[in-house]
Amino acid sequence: MIGIEHYIVVSAILFVLGVLGIFLNRKNIIVILMAIELILLSVNLQLVAFSAFLGDLVGQVFAMFVLTVAAAEAAVGLAILVIYFRGRGTIAVDDVDRLKG
Amino acid sequence: MSYATSLYLTGAEIGLSLAGLVFLLVAAWGGPRSARMLTSLTVTALIVAAIFSAQLFEQATGEVAGRAFGDLYRAGAFGSFAKILIYLAAAAVLVVTPSFFEQRGAYRGEYPVLMLFNAVGMGMMVSATDLMTLYIGLEMSSIASYVLASFLRNDDRSAEAGLKYFVLGALASGIILYGVSLVYGFTGTTNYEGVRAAFAADFATGALFGVVFVLAGLAFKVSAVPFHMWTPDVYEGAPTPVTAFFASAPKVAAMGMLVRMAMDPFAGEVDSWRQIVIFAALASIVVGALGAIGQQNLKRLLAYSSINNVGFILIGLAAATPSGISGVMTYLAIYAAMVVGSFTALLMLRDPEGNNLETFADISGLSTRRPALAWSLLALMFSLAGIPPLFGFWGKFVVFQAAVQADLVALAAIGIAASVIGAFYYIKFIKVMFFDEPVREVEATSPMSHWVVLAICVAIISPLGYLLTIPLGEWTAQAAASFVAAM
Repeated sequence: MIGIEHYIVVSAILFVLGVLGIFLNRKNIIVILMAIELILLSVNLQLVAFSAFLGDLVGQVFAMFVLTVAAAEAAVGLAILVIYFRGRGTIAVDDVDRLKG
Repeated sequence: MSYATSLYLTGAEIGLSLAGLVFLLVAAWGGPRSARMLTSLTVTALIVAAIFSAQLFEQATGEVAGRAFGDLYRAGAFGSFAKILIYLAAAAVLVVTPSFFEQRGAYRGEYPVLMLFNAVGMGMMVSATDLMTLYIGLEMSSIASYVLASFLRNDDRSAEAGLKYFVLGALASGIILYGVSLVYGFTGTTNYEGVRAAFAADFATGALFGVVFVLAGLAFKVSAVPFHMWTPDVYEGAPTPVTAFFASAPKVAAMGMLVRMAMDPFAGEVDSWRQIVIFAALASIVVGALGAIGQQNLKRLLAYSSINNVGFILIGLAAATPSGISGVMTYLAIYAAMVVGSFTALLMLRDPEGNNLETFADISGLSTRRPALAWSLLALMFSLAGIPPLFGFWGKFVVFQAAVQADLVALAAIGIAASVIGAFYYIKFIKVMFFDEPVREVEATSPMSHWVVLAICVAIISPLGYLLTIPLGEWTAQAAASFVAAM
């Protein structure tokens, strides 16, 4: 029998993978965008699981809002990535170093 | 609660959203030519929204009176006071914006529209009393901010600032959201009052995780240490008017949201979050003060200054008393004026070709070239350092007083000691401007609009500001009283 704990553990694992994907990734920025999506989806999974477990619809409504926001965020993120690439000709994480100190 | 009342209470945000939609169409059809006109219209809309919020503030008798849409949203004294600050700060920044972008041929009608949507999001953040409204407001403001940071599309630094802000901001939102989902799962509700009641009945370990995640994410948004690393890069890389905006209105909004979170749903768990806030406050003060030493770029320096100031504001929150909250609001009001004034002065520093001057080497000997500007900067820097008789001192005084009253004497003592370190780099400004030899040509005139904004900010932070202490004290006490029922 799959209970609520299983869902919580799975979404915790996905969340941690997402965060690690942002910090450990040395290759390119697209991977970071994917990691951000992973974080948002792990939260969605958790919200829906809690919603079913509690018998309360709010969690599912919340998940719909999160999906909408995730779409907007991905669009803006990719747009910024495009203007960055136009200026610098690279999207490698290690090259994002004009600003430091 | 009737539907009409709900609409009335959310009137400022609804009005701004509708204005934003119309302006967006105007910007799409009018092209760059409409940018100036849209800027004036947006400033007007923001000022009207601030006046409307002031009216709601007058009418608010306790937070209960201001509930809208089934308690998703509250337009009480606290929210209205924060909104007045946010809308006025955004309007002031917008006044000094156009000439910067026009110089680079990059001013477009979308800019004021993005500011408007950002302001709506910030208004929602400070009024939200449901985790769902909070998230939507936060994202509305954040997404608009990412675009603003990278608005100077052809500039490498601006694009990089936008990219960094986007990645770290999205991560922070994700962390907040994860915490929110845990809080929802362990309490069964997203409503602040419901969460507080559920925590009072049973505070599970999972819920504690939720609280910690939410606070960590919020620390990102207010750029408190240890989540401050994006601040210097983004402040340096973003176009200067955008940096001025980031340092003022969103700071007020994020701090307002943090205060409401801490004092409403998490009010019963003061002992759980107080140690986190105390750590973040002290670390921010120290890192902000030490990090600024040795910086050559003025925008970067002001970024560390803002980290430093966030630390002082968090001291007021750590007190977790009505006087602490009113101290936070007082500090935020004074801080907004100081920051808008400082960045306006930075925007006025140009060489004859119109390039902005942003390093210490550029401003050396400024007092001989632009005495009025140099003296204004002197007042602003002394005020940021908290040196009496300037008004910045009062902000620090009220938060330290609240901390001492709440028996956090050690916290206040360390804070005061660290503010002395901070004074070092503010005074370096004065030394460079007044005692070094001039090396760069500085343009001799500035637009009238910049002078007006600068004069207002300097008047507020000058000793004349002390005339405001009594009304400001009353307003912030009224705002803080919103949470008394919760404590």
